Amino acid sequence: MSTQTGIQTPACDIRPAGELLRVNDLQTEFKVEGGIVHAVNGVSYTVNEREIVGIVGESGCGKSVSQLSVIQLIRKPGRIVGGEVWFEGDNLLKYDSKGAEMRAIRGAKIGMIFQEPMTSLNPVLTIGRQLTESLELHLDMKRKESRKRAAELLNLVGIPSAETRLDDYPHQFSGGMRQRVMIAIGVACQPRMLIADEPTTALDCTTQAQLLELMLSMIEGCRGSLVLVTHNLGVVARYANRIYIMYAGKIVEQGLCRDIFYRPQHPYTVGLLNSVPRLDEERGRRLVPIEGTPPNLIGMPDRCAFYPRCPERGEQCRLQPWPELEPVEGEGHMARCYMRAGRAEE
Amino acid sequence: MTTATETPQVVTTARSKELVLDVDGLKMYFPITRGLLKRKVGEVKAVDGVSFKMRRGETLGLVGESGCGKTTVGRCISRLYKPTAGTILFNGEDITTMPEKEFRPRRRDISVIFQDPYGSLDPRQSAGSIVGEPLKIQGMVETKEDYLERVEALFGKVGLDPDLMGRYPHEFSGGQRQRIGIARALANDPSLVICDEPVSALDVSIQAQIINLLMDLREGSSGLSYIFIAHDLSVVKHFSDRIAVMYLGRIVEITTPEELYDNPLHPYTRALLSAVCVPDPDIEAARERIVLQGEVPSPVNPPSGCTFHARCPIATPECRTTIPTLKELGDDHEVACLHIQ
Repeated sequence: MSTQTGIQTPACDIRPAGELLRVNDLQTEFKVEGGIVHAVNGVSYTVNEREIVGIVGESGCGKSVSQLSVIQLIRKPGRIVGGEVWFEGDNLLKYDSKGAEMRAIRGAKIGMIFQEPMTSLNPVLTIGRQLTESLELHLDMKRKESRKRAAELLNLVGIPSAETRLDDYPHQFSGGMRQRVMIAIGVACQPRMLIADEPTTALDCTTQAQLLELMLSMIEGCRGSLVLVTHNLGVVARYANRIYIMYAGKIVEQGLCRDIFYRPQHPYTVGLLNSVPRLDEERGRRLVPIEGTPPNLIGMPDRCAFYPRCPERGEQCRLQPWPELEPVEGEGHMARCYMRAGRAEE
Repeated sequence: MTTATETPQVVTTARSKELVLDVDGLKMYFPITRGLLKRKVGEVKAVDGVSFKMRRGETLGLVGESGCGKTTVGRCISRLYKPTAGTILFNGEDITTMPEKEFRPRRRDISVIFQDPYGSLDPRQSAGSIVGEPLKIQGMVETKEDYLERVEALFGKVGLDPDLMGRYPHEFSGGQRQRIGIARALANDPSLVICDEPVSALDVSIQAQIINLLMDLREGSSGLSYIFIAHDLSVVKHFSDRIAVMYLGRIVEITTPEELYDNPLHPYTRALLSAVCVPDPDIEAARERIVLQGEVPSPVNPPSGCTFHARCPIATPECRTTIPTLKELGDDHEVACLHIQ
């Protein structure tokens, strides 16, 4: 799998109408002591214009690394070893990660919001400087103009007395406020697409709700798309149009939000849905946990990585390599499972 | 599990009038000091007048956002902090000011399970010795065979292979570590276990394993009580017999999970409930969304009167001056709000 260069769809310049991003067979690996971790192991997905796409999985499933690969922010010992990232007709992976082309896209056409507002803001620069930086770089604004726009942005994301707070440093803001600043930076240049990687996980419930609503209204304001990376099934149920479920570096199921929740096909998706307590159910339901632990990504045998934990596994699953994503019931609904494949025809 | 009368746990909780815990007017202020002489310049009012009762065998959920004082309440009860004011009656005895020497024999009745399965286990101690230490300290075992047998039984009880006793914490996964923490908490055969965010550091699929384990332990025991502290309302609701919602050091509402979900009364509880997403698109689309303005104020300088008044949609001038107290409204449902009658 990893030797493949990943040319599956030949000419992607002819995009289907409304398609903004197409990722083909993306592969990213990390060289670590003891072997190679295939963190992203052949991931393909699309994001349409003005769409909210949810990417769901547990820690270590490669959901964050896949997003960082798209914007080429993978640091050593990590390396993108294959695949294509088509964005507005260009394959981003053919650009140098530090080159002018990539820098013109990162932070401008593709905005980013990361999980840790504490660490993703530079502690020695004022909030104002961090906001004006991308405005000056991407939109050619002058100091005065960019400062005015920065204050407007802070105001938009609900930071009171924005003008004076421009000269404050990140540590003078609370966690929620910092994430508001991150959102302001993320949408500063009216991006076509915003990647939000666990944007609210470190925050309190009511702050989470505030910020998700804010992020949504901001991205709607600039008519962009949103890629929402999260482990929280509730959040994607509320916001996403389409969902990709990841496990051990691969997408195991994809489909419309309703199909994923009401007609889940992959045993892992089913397991996830059964294992979370729900606010709206009666007390005392026995949760159905997924037995075992997530796999160690070093030296995995070439078979379905969910096999050791799967309640529906069969002989075929043990002997054969990972199955491909096969269509199942529902529009664009696909699952990577031998036991479920072919159910669409039945 | 379908009707209340079938579950032994419900019988013991609802019928047993015996109080395991009676907390009254608990306050915990942390001083803020400055300078070389540690001059006191202010106070963090982490817990500011919390009262509740717990029956034997009951599980009380403490829920709220960070800084609301839920962890501090747990730590006061386990005597990790000495409260500023208020009393804690444990099995009818006042343990608030009891000297440590006198308290020592009662210490084994209260255990704590911590949030961070990485930070709460000594990396240089083997798993077996971590679990077995309370047995030795409390003098609960006579011989070495007895000790090994007890530790082995504890490993089995929490679903760990006793062969792993000699291994060290770093050799275990997060879920397994939390199992070690649970085994340690159960070693001294406590009657009250304080679980402080026991699953929030774990992955979704592992969370369910630990929640089920805690529920099994409760059902398999005679009258084990839990205080379950968490910020995730779905988990708390799933696990608790009663839930206390905290905001800035005070309990604003305390009731059963069903009543809390069907009939939340305090405006903060309603906002908190609406902020939790249900993994079901249709239900989500139909749910009421209340987005609160602003953030939780600092407990260093909390608002006067009802601490929620600045963010409350139904606040009146009166709320700025009067501190609401918990009022009994209906069956097993108490609310602290001036405007809810």
